[in-house]
Amino acid sequence: MSDAVVHGLVDHFFRHESGRLQAVLTRVFGLHNLELVEDVVQAALLQALESWKIQGVPSDPAAWVYRVARNKVLDVFRHQTVADRLGPEWASLREAAEPNPIDRLFLPTEVADSQLRMIFTCCHPELPEESQIALTLKTLCGFNVEEIARALLTSEANVKKRIARAKRKFLETTIEFEVHAGESLKARLDSVHTVIYLLFNEGYSSSQPYELIRKDLCGEAIRLGLLLFDHPACRNVDTAALLALMLFHAARFDARLDPDGGMLLLEEQDRSKWDQELIARGVYYLSESASGQEISRYQLEAAIASQHSLAPSFRETDWDLILALYNRLIRMCPSPVHELNRAIVVAQISGPDAGIDAIRSIDGLPTLQDYHLLHATLGELHHRAGRQSEARNCFNTALQYTSSPSEQRLLQRKLQTATL
Amino acid sequence: MSNFMYLFRGGENPSASPDKMQAQMKKWMDWIQRLKEQEKYISGEPLQPGGKVVSGAKKIITDGPFAEGKEVVGGFFLIRAASLDEAVALSKDCPIFESGGSVEVRPVQIINH
Repeated sequence: MSDAVVHGLVDHFFRHESGRLQAVLTRVFGLHNLELVEDVVQAALLQALESWKIQGVPSDPAAWVYRVARNKVLDVFRHQTVADRLGPEWASLREAAEPNPIDRLFLPTEVADSQLRMIFTCCHPELPEESQIALTLKTLCGFNVEEIARALLTSEANVKKRIARAKRKFLETTIEFEVHAGESLKARLDSVHTVIYLLFNEGYSSSQPYELIRKDLCGEAIRLGLLLFDHPACRNVDTAALLALMLFHAARFDARLDPDGGMLLLEEQDRSKWDQELIARGVYYLSESASGQEISRYQLEAAIASQHSLAPSFRETDWDLILALYNRLIRMCPSPVHELNRAIVVAQISGPDAGIDAIRSIDGLPTLQDYHLLHATLGELHHRAGRQSEARNCFNTALQYTSSPSEQRLLQRKLQTATL
Repeated sequence: MSNFMYLFRGGENPSASPDKMQAQMKKWMDWIQRLKEQEKYISGEPLQPGGKVVSGAKKIITDGPFAEGKEVVGGFFLIRAASLDEAVALSKDCPIFESGGSVEVRPVQIINH
């Protein structure tokens, strides 16, 4: 998903260094000093830009930025008022000082550790979900408020509110900046997975009109998943399965749109455009996830995605296996959206009318009434069954419920085919 | 061909997002690349903020005064051009104008011995 390397800088270098530095400096200054952390990080990155733009990128740009950040931390320490307000984390670091606790924090293992602490903090169950996602984009992914607002299709004022709510929680409660161990790790890891999954879906399925932003969000979700996977304590069945699931979907990213930006259905996509490297990585993580006895929701979803990714053609897809996987998924994790997807598979096996019956018997069907894919699916099934005027009604209803230009193009195209 | 100096004044937008910084960085690198391809670029150095000022017959050393913000010289290029007009024309592609900065173009004095 990465574009070309630009003049010695990897894609999103500044953004990802911003995320790393914010995590590292939060260990120095404490969660209650996030504003100070942001200011120091911003100053360090600006200094890098001012110098590099004239003299070029140094051979180890990350080390250069760390050196600048470290010096800026020491500058802050010279102001006693700030040094007095530092958190307990810093006190214990300073006691363990050998020879300099700050330098230790910039070691690669410590940087990764700090980022994990930041992930767990952003996804803390005491924070509202909206705040979790906004804060993750800000502190881990290096987005600013304007970029978060654009990515989440909301106003800057809203994003500020969500972040302020989280910062207030950090002041009011004693949320630790750490990675839990043992049993409590499992529960906390679940909420981390949820946030990563939401972030990915925000990019993959939202009505976000900008392809670049969508790709960005998916790329960030995968990056955070990899960060988890690299840590032995966080490398569990769900982490691997979630990664697999995201990689399989990401592999189809570029094949989903026609040249005019309209959405293409799975059966219309040119499979030679699917990213085989991402699919291969998906297969790797799916097999990594298959170590335990139990089967998780993410594993089932990843298994379904793998079946689509590995089928040589739409016709040769193993629909029976996919149906069996959906049945298990729905038993484990009942959801009208999963049932709608299952109905599409039923239609593939037993015909459009069987699919429509399956949709009619969805538990909680009314909750899907304003979901455009319900009506788009019904339209497609009526169209296949030869009931064109019903199909058109459904496609028109679907159009009312989506603001995504690419979805709208698809529905317009479908309306035109449903004329005979 | 004569030599000219570009003096860059004014810094980047202090609240730019990291992604914007990288985009700005790329514009500078692209510009330098073009100057190099046209064999106009000789060298360039950034200047750190701050330093010392030595002044007067008593050579008094002070921490300033330095100009602020837009007046601060952040760095310089030495370039090669046929005329002042060409040097000025080449400077117009500098990305500094997008962040409100300026380029002072000065011919390097040539002394014939």
